[in-house]
Parts: sequence; C-alpha cells; structure tokens
Amino acid sequence: MTSLPQQTGKPQLGLVIDLDICVGCHACAVNCKEWNTGGHSAPLTDEDPYGADPLGVWFNRIHTYEAGEGVEGRTVHFPRSCLHCEEPACVTVCPTGASYKREADGIVLVNADTCIGCKLCSWACPYGAREYDYTDGVMKKCTLCIDRIENQNIPEEQRVPACVSTCPASARHFGDLGDPNSKVSQLVAARDGYDLMPEMGMKPVNKYLPPRPEPASLASVSETAAPSPATEPGGTGSRFLDWVDRTLSR
Amino acid sequence: MHPAYSVIFFTTASGAGYGLLIWLALLAAAGNVVPNPVSGIALFVLALGLITAGLLSSTFHLGHPERAWRAMSQWRSSWLSREGVAAVITYGPALLFALGWIVFESTGGIWLYAGLAAGVMALVTVACTGMIYASLRAIPRWTDATVVPVYLAFALATGGALLVAIYSVFTPVPPHGIWPVVAVIIVAWALKLLYWRRIDNAAPVATAESATGLGHIGKVRLFEAPHTGENYIMREMGYRVARKHAVRLRRIALLVGGAVPVIAFAAAALFIGPITLVAALIGLIGVSIGVLTERWLFFAEAEHASMLYYGASDV
Repeated sequence: MTSLPQQTGKPQLGLVIDLDICVGCHACAVNCKEWNTGGHSAPLTDEDPYGADPLGVWFNRIHTYEAGEGVEGRTVHFPRSCLHCEEPACVTVCPTGASYKREADGIVLVNADTCIGCKLCSWACPYGAREYDYTDGVMKKCTLCIDRIENQNIPEEQRVPACVSTCPASARHFGDLGDPNSKVSQLVAARDGYDLMPEMGMKPVNKYLPPRPEPASLASVSETAAPSPATEPGGTGSRFLDWVDRTLSR
Repeated sequence: MHPAYSVIFFTTASGAGYGLLIWLALLAAAGNVVPNPVSGIALFVLALGLITAGLLSSTFHLGHPERAWRAMSQWRSSWLSREGVAAVITYGPALLFALGWIVFESTGGIWLYAGLAAGVMALVTVACTGMIYASLRAIPRWTDATVVPVYLAFALATGGALLVAIYSVFTPVPPHGIWPVVAVIIVAWALKLLYWRRIDNAAPVATAESATGLGHIGKVRLFEAPHTGENYIMREMGYRVARKHAVRLRRIALLVGGAVPVIAFAAAALFIGPITLVAALIGLIGVSIGVLTERWLFFAEAEHASMLYYGASDV
C-alpha cells in the first residue's frame, strides 16, 4: 500500500550525521556495501567491477564539498543516504505498492518481489537516495539495516546500522527521531540539527549536524598571518615544501 | 533527465491514439460523420494500435515487465497507477464504439454513449500521463502548470493530424473538418512556447546550499565526488543537453512541427482536391517530428534535484 501510514506519536527511526566530525574516510559506505550485499536487498550488484567503467549499487555515498571562500571557507565531508522521510514521494508514486513506509518505525523499504522496476520512485526522490539494480531489475535502497537492528542473533551492541557501527569517528548516530526525549533528538536540539532541502516538502527524518564554527583563536591566526604562500601560484602553503619543490625543480 | 526512447515513444504514440479517439468521439457527437466499415477499420486500428504499441513500449523499460499488472493497484496515491487503470478502462468503450462504427455502421444511440465514454477516458488517460511528470517535485520545472495542458494539446494535435490524413485517403475532407485541427496545432505550440518561456525564467527552487545545508558558511561547490565513475543516479538524472543544441532543437520543432503542418493543413482546407491528401500527409509527418522533438526536449532539458549533490548549483 503506497498511501502513507498514520504515524503521529510512533517511532521514527533514523540517522543523525555529524558533519563536524566526519573525516570522509568512506568506511560507513564500505561497511554498508559489505553488510547489505548479503542482507535484505542482496545482492548490491556491481557491473564491470574491475573494468574501465565500473557501476554498482550503493546505499551510502560520501561527497566532499567546499563551502565559503578564503579563511571563512570549509571543506565538509558529506555522507548521503536515504533520509527515511516522513512524507516520502518515492512511496506515494509507486504504482504497485512495492515501495512502502513501515507503520511501526517509519523505515522506507522496497518489496523486491512486487517491484516492477519502473524507476519512478527514483525520479520522485530529490535526494538521489534510490539506486536501480540493472541486473535484478528492481529498485534498491537503504534499509536502515533492518536485518541488524532487529537481529536477535547478533550481540545487542551491534544492533545498529552497519554505517553507524563502523564509523571510526562516531559521526553517525542511530535512534528514534520521533521521540523528542531520545538521545538523537536531544543531540539534534543541542546542535541545531537540520533537514536537507526542506523546500521539497518530504520532511526527512534523518538530520545533519552542521560543522561547528571555527574557534575564534584559529580564525584570527589565519586572518593575521602573513600573505600565505598558498596564494602564490604553485605554492604548497609550507615554506619547507616550497623549498623542496624549488630544489627538486632545478 | 535521461530521455528514454521507450517513454518518448509511449507518450507520443499513445497520445496520438488517444487524441484520435477523442476526435472520433467529437465527430460522433456532432453527428456529421457517415460511419462505414472501411474508414472505420483504418481509424480504429490506427487509434487502438498506436495506444497498444505505446503501452507495450512503456513496459519495455521496466525491470520486470511480467509484473506490469501490479501497477494497477495503487490508484489511490500514484498517478502512474491511475494512468494504467484509465488506459485499460478506455479499451472497453473504445472497442464498443469501434464495433458500432465498423459492424453496425452507426454512431448513434448506445454507440454514441460508448464513443463519448471512450473520448472522456482517453482525455483522462492523457491527463494522468501529464500528472505523472507534473507531480514530481524533485524535477521543479515539470511541476509547471502548463505541463498537463501541453500533453493534452499535443495528443489532440497529433490525433487530429491523423484524422485528417486518414480521412483524406478515402474522401476529400471539408474545410470545417480541417480548421479545428489547425487551431489545436497552433494552441499546442503556443502552450509549448509558454512552457519554454516559463522554465527559462523560473527562479531556482533548490540550491547546492539548501541540498547540503552548508549555505550559512558560503557558496557550496563539489570538491570530491563519491567515486570516479558513474552511478545509476548520474546516468538517469544527470543527462543534460547542451544549451545551444536545445535552442536549435526548439526552433526545428517549432518550424517542422508547427509552421509546416499549419501551412500544409491550411492548404488542404483552402484547395480541396488532389492536393488535400499530399498536404495532409506532409502536415502529419511534420507534427509527428515536432512532437517527438518536443517530448525528447521535455526530458533532456529537465534538471533533477539530486544533481545538486553532484555539482549542479541550482535546479
């Protein structure tokens, strides 16, 4: 049934991703692929994996952005996966009912047995979270690791999504964002967590925590520093490395 | 958006078929048609053949065509499902309408009601097709109010061109049967020009800043993509036609699909005689090329919000 379930007051499981902490190591994406290629939506097919033009299904992809200019500028690593929206257009456009939002916890899933592979759900998702498996002919997406979080056969501390369990920097948090008193909700409140593209009206459940402002001491140092060698063409920003560069270039 | 040929063929071919059905219903309602088996077979085989070929073509791009019947189930929420339901329902009255026209040589009484029902359902089906696209907020330009009218207008324009061309084979079509088609072709291109003007001047709905939430730091640009190769999203949503090519294609579509058919059909209306058939065929070919180009551009020019994560600055 692709009409959305009535979910007020029910758990909304999701992720909180801390952009201040993420180091862009891609470990979450790799562990996601590793777990899910044997999980609920298995396999996450790779085509031509060792060839010139590899293409494959991943549920989690790590972008890196630059924001701002000069000393105010920041480089931000940005993991992106399904946001398990409260009002997901990917679910309501599905003509077969294969795409659905679970009433009990709000997780958005695809039933691979009834998906016809029309791809309309991926068109409806502004976040690019769904990926089509050309080999299986069905749409695949982040399951929030339902086969881990409910799995009675693994130790309790491992019952979190693979991306969360593997993050070496603890930049990823999993919990109930429908409960204002949960740890993740409190984290979002304390750090001014935000929605991606709220103007699309999908009401994402997953939240992102913004990079913390640069400490004032650091900002003033970089502002008062002598003209940075990095601004000179070909400079590396380090006197020593520039000297090495010049020496080796002779 | 990637312009998939199966979807372009489906929307244009079945659009023309449904448009022809609507014209036939209008002819029957106006009562100025003499139904006979020969022209009936030609008209209905063409209308239902185009519709069926289009629907079959649309299943070619499915990962699991054998499950296509499931797409009828979610009409409560999905425009694609509604389109499927409407398309299948249309066959009922359309076949009855054809039966009356071809076998009983009548478009009155019960056959007229069947024809009107077929016409209305054809209109509903094309409107559902348009709504599939118009309801996608992730592709902001497609939510424009002109999208559904353009789909309807081009279905009527191509269906009307078919009607005049087919009829001209059997008998000279009187001018008052041609001018409405000329009018619809002009209206269709006027709506398309309006759509192009509106998408060219539309303010961005989402930006790289809102997509990442990093706008408070400053202008956001992609520093490193997640991978060096392509992925499904980039293939499907990342297709972009070069601006100068788009401008050229728009001009070709307008000239070949708009100006040529209008002149050809006007000639057919003004100079009844042997020229009618040739002029009508030129008009039909022109409007067909025009609608295929217009539909290809509809997809190729559309920008998807997910591309904001892959380097687009706004959509």
